Amino acid sequence: MGIQIDLDKCVGCGECLSSCPFGLLEIIAEKVHLREGCTLCGACQEACDYQAILIEAVAEAPAAGDSYRGVWVFAEQRNGRLKSVAYELLSRGRQLADTLGTELCVICFGHGINEAQQLIAYGADKVYLMDAPALSSNQDDLYTKGLVELIEKYKPEIVIAGATSLGRSFIPRVAAILKTGLTADCTGLEIDPETGLLLQTRPTFGGNIMATIICQTKRPQMSTVRPRVFKKGTPDGRRKGQVIRVDFNKQRITSRTKLLSFIDDITEAVKLEDANIIVSGGRGVGKAENFQLLEELAGVMGAALGSSRPPVDDGWVSYSHQVGQTGKTVCPKLYIACGISGAVQHLAGMQTSEAIVAINDDPNAPIFDVATYGIVGDLFKVVPMLIKKLKND
Amino acid sequence: MVCLKQVPGTPKVNIDPQTNTLVRQGIKNIVNPFDTYALEEGVRIKERYGGKVTAISMGPPQAEEALREVISTGADEAILLSDSAFAGADTLATSHTLARAINKLKQYDIIICGRQTTDGDTGQVGPELAEMLGIPFVAYVSKIEEIDNGYMRVKRMVEDGHEVIETPLPTVITVVKEINVPRLPSLRGLARARSAVIPIWTAQELGADKNMVGLSGSATRVIRVFFPQRVHHGEILQGDLEGQANSLIDKLREAKIISGS
Repeated sequence: MGIQIDLDKCVGCGECLSSCPFGLLEIIAEKVHLREGCTLCGACQEACDYQAILIEAVAEAPAAGDSYRGVWVFAEQRNGRLKSVAYELLSRGRQLADTLGTELCVICFGHGINEAQQLIAYGADKVYLMDAPALSSNQDDLYTKGLVELIEKYKPEIVIAGATSLGRSFIPRVAAILKTGLTADCTGLEIDPETGLLLQTRPTFGGNIMATIICQTKRPQMSTVRPRVFKKGTPDGRRKGQVIRVDFNKQRITSRTKLLSFIDDITEAVKLEDANIIVSGGRGVGKAENFQLLEELAGVMGAALGSSRPPVDDGWVSYSHQVGQTGKTVCPKLYIACGISGAVQHLAGMQTSEAIVAINDDPNAPIFDVATYGIVGDLFKVVPMLIKKLKND
Repeated sequence: MVCLKQVPGTPKVNIDPQTNTLVRQGIKNIVNPFDTYALEEGVRIKERYGGKVTAISMGPPQAEEALREVISTGADEAILLSDSAFAGADTLATSHTLARAINKLKQYDIIICGRQTTDGDTGQVGPELAEMLGIPFVAYVSKIEEIDNGYMRVKRMVEDGHEVIETPLPTVITVVKEINVPRLPSLRGLARARSAVIPIWTAQELGADKNMVGLSGSATRVIRVFFPQRVHHGEILQGDLEGQANSLIDKLREAKIISGS
């Protein structure tokens, strides 16, 4: 199992060196040598003209049963209202189902949910709704057991869910119980026209590398997708679909953990994820008090306040403001980055914004690579000027 | 028990523009930063309630360095799961391997993992491990409030706030960086780390089925890796301060991104 280099065949030509995306190959004494960290991606095997690199083929298990049909979207709710990510997944799920010529189903757990018809308008053929008071808060154990039961009963070929706190916490458990593959934080989902397999593309190594991943022999094929990666579609009120109420079986579906209380952290008027405009600050803001300047700009523009990681680490603003890989993913109409250098981890959370304005005194800051408009200058001069101009109009 | 992983020691990965590959030279491997919070929390629980902190890592032989490092910062013992059969594991195969090792150790109350790694970034091993062990799971823990009588009460972070959750033991939790500030190695710790014997468990020692670990035991497969295209279409606004501000506001209004005259 694994990768083997046939040193008799290797001529030390070095052709393979540049093929390794992880830069793990080197030539030592005219023979190729592999450092630790190989993911067995196979790029070097293709690059070698001498068949000196062998990746032992894995004995392929028989292809997954054809009895698995249909594309499922898990629709997350909070207090009976569906999260926007549910509708975003629905629009991509519809495309996947159409390509496969199969049905699109939505799975929804909660209490007092009355958006089933709307889910149909946005593309669902069937809505499986499990409605019970116990499901009103997001309880991992109940959701895990409920989803496993439904998947085992109806056997979908694809299951996608939002990469939210809830999704990232309970979807892996569902995959582990079903002993199937799960790809986290996908930014691309396509159907391979030849094999019909789901091609799941995701950033890795902090967004430096993209990897396309398949789940060939196990079913369902499962992915999580960050909010705001796909665009919500347009509803069609004439679409017809079925709403199927699923019983919540209290005897079978139980929870070991208990949710004792919930503490709401968001104090500001506009929630980051829902904001049309975000004014965001980074290390360049310098100290906690200076965030008042950004708050003022946000106030004038009706914007929410965001932050990169350093201000949160230093306690200038609370974690609920953090945008990026370990914070929130946002996609506003306008993102104004003030004193943010633009580390890949931050870009991962905001680069799909419709327009990005970067204000930074370092002309070489990577943030300018993704900015629609850039101003190279001192944010403590630029921001007050913007406030003045916007107020005057 | 704390699970951890050795990762490349820099969030900033340089790419060689000639060959389009990652530049590895000069990059040291480190303990995954999120796992250092897991280890610290394990040590704090031990200091408050007693017990023993065991660190486990699956990886190549060099991952032993990471385990020595966590012994210097408070782990009592460490075990390395290393075998060429483990290579190419996805999260399903990784959590299966970790679960076999933990079951072999038998006695455990709390298993702590970091929220995710900085290389693979999936955050899936913790929850998958909990299912393989058949025990409860709580993600994104930012505070352990109390451990008492076979139960643990924790605070965990979600998008818009905190939840207080009670879970029976044994349990798996993943922790966020807000939970603590990891300590530096002590002199005594460094001495212990140097002399510690770190057992290496292979697939055979774990009694693992070779079809359940490594690439063979993985449900997912990477079929292509590529570099994201970064095409720059942006515009740097010129002029003096006032000119730049006017120009920006005009452009945003023209594009109907903001309203106004």
